[in-house]
Amino acid sequence: MQALLVALALLIAAPAFAVQPDEVLADPALEGRARAISKELRCLVCQNESIDDSNADLARDLRLLVRERLMQGDTDQQVLDYLVQRYGEFVLLKPRFSAANAALWLAGPLTFLIGLGAIVVFLRGRRSQTASSEAPLTEEETAALKRILKR
Amino acid sequence: MIAELGHFALTLAFAVALFQVTVPLVGAARGWADWMRAAAPAALMQFLLTGLAFAALIHAFVTSDFSLRVVAANSHSLKPMIFKVSGTWGNHEGSMLLWVLILTIFGAMVAAFGRNLPLGLKARALSVQAMIAAAFFAFILFTSNPFDRLDPAPLDGNDLNPLLQDIGLALHPPFLYLGYVGLSMAFSFAVAALIEGRVDAAWARWVRPWTLAAWIALTIGIALGSYWAYYELGWGGWWFWDPVENASFMPWLVAGALLHSAIVVEKRNALKTWTILLAIFAFSLSLIGTFLVRSGVITSVHAFANDPARGVFILAILGVTILGSLTLFAWRAPSMRSEGLFRPVSREGGLMLNNLLLATSAAVVFTGTLAPLVREFMDGAKISVGAPFFNLAFTPFMVLLLIALPVGALMPWKRGDIGAVLARLWWAAAGALALGGIVWGLQGGGRLLAPVGLALAAWVLLGVLVEILERSGLPRVGLGTALARIGRMPRADWGKLIAHAGMGLSVMGIAAVTAWEVEDIRLARPGDSIPLAGYEIRFDDVSQGQGPNYLYERGRFTVTRGGETVAVLEPEKRLYPVQGQPTTEAAIDSGLARDIYVVLGDRQTNGEAWAIRVYVKPLANWIWLGALVMGLGGLVSLSDRRYRVGAAARRQPSTAVAAE
Repeated sequence: MQALLVALALLIAAPAFAVQPDEVLADPALEGRARAISKELRCLVCQNESIDDSNADLARDLRLLVRERLMQGDTDQQVLDYLVQRYGEFVLLKPRFSAANAALWLAGPLTFLIGLGAIVVFLRGRRSQTASSEAPLTEEETAALKRILKR
Repeated sequence: MIAELGHFALTLAFAVALFQVTVPLVGAARGWADWMRAAAPAALMQFLLTGLAFAALIHAFVTSDFSLRVVAANSHSLKPMIFKVSGTWGNHEGSMLLWVLILTIFGAMVAAFGRNLPLGLKARALSVQAMIAAAFFAFILFTSNPFDRLDPAPLDGNDLNPLLQDIGLALHPPFLYLGYVGLSMAFSFAVAALIEGRVDAAWARWVRPWTLAAWIALTIGIALGSYWAYYELGWGGWWFWDPVENASFMPWLVAGALLHSAIVVEKRNALKTWTILLAIFAFSLSLIGTFLVRSGVITSVHAFANDPARGVFILAILGVTILGSLTLFAWRAPSMRSEGLFRPVSREGGLMLNNLLLATSAAVVFTGTLAPLVREFMDGAKISVGAPFFNLAFTPFMVLLLIALPVGALMPWKRGDIGAVLARLWWAAAGALALGGIVWGLQGGGRLLAPVGLALAAWVLLGVLVEILERSGLPRVGLGTALARIGRMPRADWGKLIAHAGMGLSVMGIAAVTAWEVEDIRLARPGDSIPLAGYEIRFDDVSQGQGPNYLYERGRFTVTRGGETVAVLEPEKRLYPVQGQPTTEAAIDSGLARDIYVVLGDRQTNGEAWAIRVYVKPLANWIWLGALVMGLGGLVSLSDRRYRVGAAARRQPSTAVAAE
């Protein structure tokens, strides 16, 4: 009875994990490329999972599709383009660099540069504060300062 | 009956919180000492009442009182006792109650241990703390009441999501909440300081331990969550850049920055306004995290689903908190002057660079997490932002941080000389480069991830070693003297060294497992052997059976190396009939050098073969070990003498300087 229950239960059970043995390509180099591409693609019905990680049937279909395209001799980029053409940019886990995505891609570098600029301004302000609180400049120093400022 | 008492206690706690918002604040403004003193007993009372409410909810879960809606929806009479208890916070309502309980614990701790605090600061901080509490009490009572009854009560419950029936759930959320909510202390103190218009060393000495405690809890909580995902989700991933993970990661990054900038405030009386701003950001990000998880605006595997009304309510809390505190900041901050002067090349300068890099990383995570939402709102376009984006956009700043870390850590205060510091670090640099070169040579060129990652980790670890050796005086003095010297080092310095070493260990684990993990996916029959990374993994058999509230199939695998048995692993596939959900329970042979990770898949319809996945993951455990070491460093730092004795009170009159 118990064995029957277990058998029944496991029949209902969804596939337990992502890439299935029957999907794996015989050529390890091609399979490696397929896996790398799979990690870049979103499982469209899942929540932010790549098709490489997902158990969903649709993810399996996409994995098979990726392998099919690779078998037909597509480059990695062609496979990605093909999928974007079919499913839209939503399928890419790494959005392309475009005007609309510029804010996303530039957020890090811009924050860093603006922060760096702010620090420089802050430290310069502090330095002039220090200078004013210390002894006045000698004539040579004033001359040197003028030279620097002129540059 | 007990549930009604819990509901009543919660309502009373709300009333007490409203009292605590107003009376001490007015008292502080008017200088009425007895009004200010009302804050402490109110905070203790709030904690007691919320504790009662939480106990009542645990009681309902333990006794399986299915007349309560949350219990019926999230529990089951057959569930093991530990998961009945932890199930109390495995749902939206209960976890909010835990959130606010921790908030009141922190308030009560300030009330109980804050005897040395200046009365006005204490009253104002507790009042701000109560504002947050009152908002969340209202949220719970009006939108997420855990004490709602069902009539008629069902005979049994819906059970808890099987993925959550794990010791991970018992531990992961409480630690995370300790961290999120702990940051509320830094926030309350920051707002109180803005109201008072002054920030001084005594203030920093109060804020830093709370931030440290919150950061430790976040570190442990994130590490637990990551490890939980690693063994529970069945493919051995440990970080997914999922929005909810990011929600806990952003406060961690900012709290890390805050920890470092508070040191500058405390020791050098500089960077005050920036530190206040960080305190506001850190807690705001915690609130944003709460909003993201519970409003359903962002899809995530952490389905705490969710009702738009709740989202709007939290969004309102969020808006008021962030806008209110930033307005106050804009108004009061310009009047705060920093006194401590320093050169750009100095410990202070290094800590500023640390802050810049951590804040930038947090900004990357923030934009990445919210970009899909913003794009959809702006032009209706649907985009996805996942691991490949974050790996590319986030990592460079971490690399810079790791390069700068040992240099900044050795830099003297006020004014340093970068050449001199580099000269002290030359053999650490040589060691790191050598390791990177050897690794690169051994793997025969190719991807730089492992060589660069391991070299950076070695650089950080050797940098820590350089600092310890310098402090000991070796090799100039004898071993005995050297040991005595490092024995006398302040705990705060030890904490710093340990935490930095933990960072190095984590980086080493991350680089090694990402670069060198190997896997084998195949169909195998009992008796088959799978060779992988020098191990033979023999598939012995599969048995079936029944657990307390699930059915299982259990595989048996013998792992051998060179003919000797290394481990016997028993991965399971489970089915929880109440929810009809299957789970995979990976079996892991854990070790410092590697994890062997085996997953049992589906039986093939045409015969005796099973889908089997085997991984060998080098240095995987270093990731979490490093996080624990980081947490330990925080604890050691927290036990430093200056936080234990009444240093704040004693020094307060001499160091406090009004901002004006």
